[in-house]
Amino acid sequence: MRDFEYQAPSSIDEAVALLAEHGDRAKMLAGGTDIIVQLREGLRDAGLVVDVKKIPELMQIAWRDDGGLEFGASVPCHVIYKDEKIIDSYPALTDSAKIIGGWQIQGRASIGGNLCNSSPAADSIPSLIVEGAACRIAGPTGERTVPVHDFCTGPGTNCLTEGELLISLVLPPPAKSAGSRYMRFIPRNEMDIAVVGAGAWLRLDESGESVEEARLGLAAVAPTPLSADEAAAWLQGKPATEESFSEAGDMARKAASPISDMRGPADYRVHLVGVLVKRALTGAVGRARGGDRNPVIPVGINRC
Amino acid sequence: MSDNFSNSQIIKDPGDNYKTLGTRPVRHDGVDKVTGRAIYGNDVQLQGLIEGAILRSPVAHARIKSIDTSAAEAFPGVLAVATSADFPDPKDKVADLGEGPVNLAHLSANCLARDKVFYKGQAIAAVAARDVHIAEEALSLIKVEYELLPVLTRVLDAMKEGSPLLHEDLRTNEMGKKADTPSNISDHLHFEQGDPDTAFENAHLVVEREFKTQTVHQGYIEPHVATAHWNQDGHLTVWASTQGAFSAREQTAETLALPVSKVKVIPCEIGGGFGGKIPIYLEPVAAVLSRKSGRPVKIQMTRDGVFEGTGPTPASFMRIKVGVDEAGKILAAEAWLAYETGAYPGGVIGPGCMCVFSCYDIENARVDGFDVCVNKPWTKAYRAPGSTHVAFAMESVVDEIAAKLEMDPIELRLLNAAKEGTKRVDGPVYPRIGLVETLEAARDHDHYKSPIEGPNRGRGMAAGFWFNIGLKSSVTAHVNNDGTVTLLEGSTDIGGTRTSIAMQLAETLGIGAEDINPKVADTDSVGYTDITGGSRVTFATGLAAIEAGKDIISQMKGRAAMLWECEEGEVGFADAVFSQDSNSITFAELCGKLSSTGGLITARASVDPQGFTNGFAVHICDIEVDPETGKVDILRYTALQDAGKAIHPSYVEGQMQGGSVQGIGWALNEEYLFDEDGRMLNPTMLDYRMPTALDVPMIDTVIIEVPNPSHPFGVRGVGEPPIVPPPPAIANAIKNATGVRMTELPMSPPRVFEAITKNGGAPS
Amino acid sequence: MGRKIHVSTTINGEDSEFLCEARQSLLEVLRTSLSLTGTKEGCNNGNCGACTVLMNGVPVDSCLVLAVETEGAEIETVESIAKEGHLHPLQECFLEGAALQCGICTPGFLVSAKALLDDNPDPGEKEIRFELSGNLCRCTGYDKIVRAVQAASERMKEAN
Repeated sequence: MRDFEYQAPSSIDEAVALLAEHGDRAKMLAGGTDIIVQLREGLRDAGLVVDVKKIPELMQIAWRDDGGLEFGASVPCHVIYKDEKIIDSYPALTDSAKIIGGWQIQGRASIGGNLCNSSPAADSIPSLIVEGAACRIAGPTGERTVPVHDFCTGPGTNCLTEGELLISLVLPPPAKSAGSRYMRFIPRNEMDIAVVGAGAWLRLDESGESVEEARLGLAAVAPTPLSADEAAAWLQGKPATEESFSEAGDMARKAASPISDMRGPADYRVHLVGVLVKRALTGAVGRARGGDRNPVIPVGINRC
Repeated sequence: MSDNFSNSQIIKDPGDNYKTLGTRPVRHDGVDKVTGRAIYGNDVQLQGLIEGAILRSPVAHARIKSIDTSAAEAFPGVLAVATSADFPDPKDKVADLGEGPVNLAHLSANCLARDKVFYKGQAIAAVAARDVHIAEEALSLIKVEYELLPVLTRVLDAMKEGSPLLHEDLRTNEMGKKADTPSNISDHLHFEQGDPDTAFENAHLVVEREFKTQTVHQGYIEPHVATAHWNQDGHLTVWASTQGAFSAREQTAETLALPVSKVKVIPCEIGGGFGGKIPIYLEPVAAVLSRKSGRPVKIQMTRDGVFEGTGPTPASFMRIKVGVDEAGKILAAEAWLAYETGAYPGGVIGPGCMCVFSCYDIENARVDGFDVCVNKPWTKAYRAPGSTHVAFAMESVVDEIAAKLEMDPIELRLLNAAKEGTKRVDGPVYPRIGLVETLEAARDHDHYKSPIEGPNRGRGMAAGFWFNIGLKSSVTAHVNNDGTVTLLEGSTDIGGTRTSIAMQLAETLGIGAEDINPKVADTDSVGYTDITGGSRVTFATGLAAIEAGKDIISQMKGRAAMLWECEEGEVGFADAVFSQDSNSITFAELCGKLSSTGGLITARASVDPQGFTNGFAVHICDIEVDPETGKVDILRYTALQDAGKAIHPSYVEGQMQGGSVQGIGWALNEEYLFDEDGRMLNPTMLDYRMPTALDVPMIDTVIIEVPNPSHPFGVRGVGEPPIVPPPPAIANAIKNATGVRMTELPMSPPRVFEAITKNGGAPS
Repeated sequence: MGRKIHVSTTINGEDSEFLCEARQSLLEVLRTSLSLTGTKEGCNNGNCGACTVLMNGVPVDSCLVLAVETEGAEIETVESIAKEGHLHPLQECFLEGAALQCGICTPGFLVSAKALLDDNPDPGEKEIRFELSGNLCRCTGYDKIVRAVQAASERMKEAN
């Protein structure tokens, strides 16, 4: 690849200034597991690589007073999925963190980086959607916050304007009687890009029998990751049973508009949406009812 | 000594009584490999070394109108640029390079294209520069003008009359006679015995099916790499990641029109080959860059270069027809096989024809096989080349017959199994072979007898065959005065063979394997040795080691006779002790006296064993299919094989396990995906999906020892048969689990799902 | 061609300094500038794990780390696994269990497996396979590798 300059700013202001100065020729470097590949393959070009890992706000994890979580955009996956409190509070997120690439990728890749790469198949984004994440962004005109389901705008593109960078992700406080799950379908058991990914979050009512609220997120079935709102809204008030989840899965299919590519044919992907949504909801309700929240080793039937 | 950690079993030959053979010493090169000290091709470091990169064609079929390298040559840091203009014109020369004749014009053009490009990824030019980044940047400055030609990517299309031609001068070789019209079919083989047509008419049941497989790569983790230093005195030294130093030397010398004596090839430790590192790609290119720059040049292929620019195994279309009587005896069989040889002729349809009915005793049979040129990489050997394809087809048909006759699949195969005396349709008559014993061991194995429980679960089994060739091998052995022997082997070591060869010498001498110091030698240091492949090394180079051992014993008897002042014929040798009357001396002690009796001893042996011997594998596989996604999970896998004699059982098990997992990848997910313009869509290890550790269970093994009559220790080649049964075993398991017969590889989730859905979704 | 950057880091417990271009990966610098050729290149794209090293104790694909990013970090490669001339139990078990054939993937596996056992001294078969799924092997079919890791974990538990 062509050579580039390298800078490692130590503050948000310094980073914003660098981006303002260099514009389009500057590319961010967090974990590097996407950008270095893209630079090598000539898919992206960089005159300057801005390493954001020395900026404290991008690397820290802080529990907020309201009980929610704010973690920096460059916190690597392995830190996320090793944190017992995060596992307990946002299990879909830790499910995602544990299956992005293999162990070595997880040692570097960050949730924030996965979000900013904005692949329609990104494993972290359906989880961020269903966990209700918001994106804290800094730029030349100051800071702003964007709900994660509005972040991606197309394959590989997002709402960050020139000179902006993602600082952190903010998650709401975990709810009682709630559980979440992310799973994806891939042809092998690891190391593949999702053919379809599905995240589910639900909160049970007092009786524990019905769904009080649900959120569904989908990957790899549209130009951006999706929030399957219609199916999620339908689940409200429905019994938390396989039948409801199956129907929700069918409804979620309508939100999908995948392409056929080397990772899977379109109609197969639409079919899988129904299957995965049903299974993710089943996983979520298990956790809502006190089941194991640790990431699942994805081998065998029903583990996807 | 070592633990045996695997779940493995050895069914020994009762006559077996060896001291070293069958034990599990730690391999001699092991410590270097677990500490990172072993020198592989890309670890070679030389003074003044510069690096190269290859420019590859972006199009699948085109005439090259012009190549302008001037901007690349002027780029700062570039020291040389090469195109095919720097190679001598090979004209029509055909050379015999050990495993069959090679058209040198094709070999040369495949290293650097001449006037035409035949596949996307074909090497066009190369740059050497101070570092690989500069070389890669310079590649983008080379201007090539292409005149696009129509692209052929499917074997049946390429066979049609009137289809565009890849090679205007190609005439089909019809069993030795050249046809007179141009074609993309390079070879048509025809074999026949008995009267299949009449036999089919008399059959109680006839099953005929069509099968397809896709292009699949050997998938070695180490990319091709070569370093060349063309010295001022005209001597060329090449450090290569190669399966055969002598073969690489000849191919390189022929491509550059150099005498072989001016070329020395030093084989580095090699990171996997499986047949794909027999041909050369980089050596002559690096040599030219070295000559032009005056520096040593190292070129390592990029991973996408490996996928697009080397030799995968062919995609195929096959039609198999088998007729049986009411008892299940095969009366007749017919095969029509079309293999894509890729850009140039010289594919593996021959072995395909040989292997298709190789597990069975069939009096009436007919095989028609075709090698067909298409705009894809030039196919090369991949572990039992051509056999896996036909096994997928034949073993699926046999399985279907068993189901229709309500016979156990192993019993049906035992009824028809090839034995000593069976004549194969392509001519050879089998000597003593171990197929029946292996089938019986499978039938009696706990895996086969255990019940399979649960919905969507099924069991399949399949048999597979590969022959091992002899070819030439040499070793040189130096006896040291401390009782050890340094053994120079001509065979490159791709899986631990330097140790199993050392063990055969140790067994011959009656000393321990740890007293042999084996080394893989370069082409100046040891006698001519053919490639490491064809499952031949433990067999043939082992034979050479045995012969060298006998030579050592003979020479040392002479020294003992000198010490005891008796006739050489009076000296006996057994259990590492020389004796005559009441005199006796151990091997090690006599070594201490060599210097004073005439000097240290060197022994050498070169062998060229003729004929083939035969290896059979039988695999059993339990799977679970997820009916909602079509994903197949392997629950349990057992590989059984006749190894003749397992010299080092851990390495035989390792071959069985490794081949099985390659076969599993081939069965479930591996394929080259091409677009309509012949461009590979998935030239990365992300989307070319080889099994990870999480994709397979433990692979249990059973080694059956039916000694090979043509080797003193009974050794049979073991490396290749294991890759043959997995695709049909899995296909048969899917049929058992779901009622659906898969006839196309790979049996990836969308394909399995579609087949299940078309079948009504319910398992039968 | 860019200016070279000076990097100070710790490699296998020793202070190390080198000059590199920003575009050079840690893998490239280890192998070409520092002559530590034990770490291998398989795909240069983070898909095979042959280049695995530990960076601050965490397994990473060194082909996806820029050498400049190692400023101030601690890098451990396969060359550091054996200590003072003694092989690590993993290395012993790989040898005794014939868990390597061509050996090109072995350094990557050893580094990953060592990190696994340091983190979890008693992993089950599924966990071993899952944590090692980022290391591809084409020769062994993984059986003997998994068993060698299991044997090493037993040996290490006995030693403690």
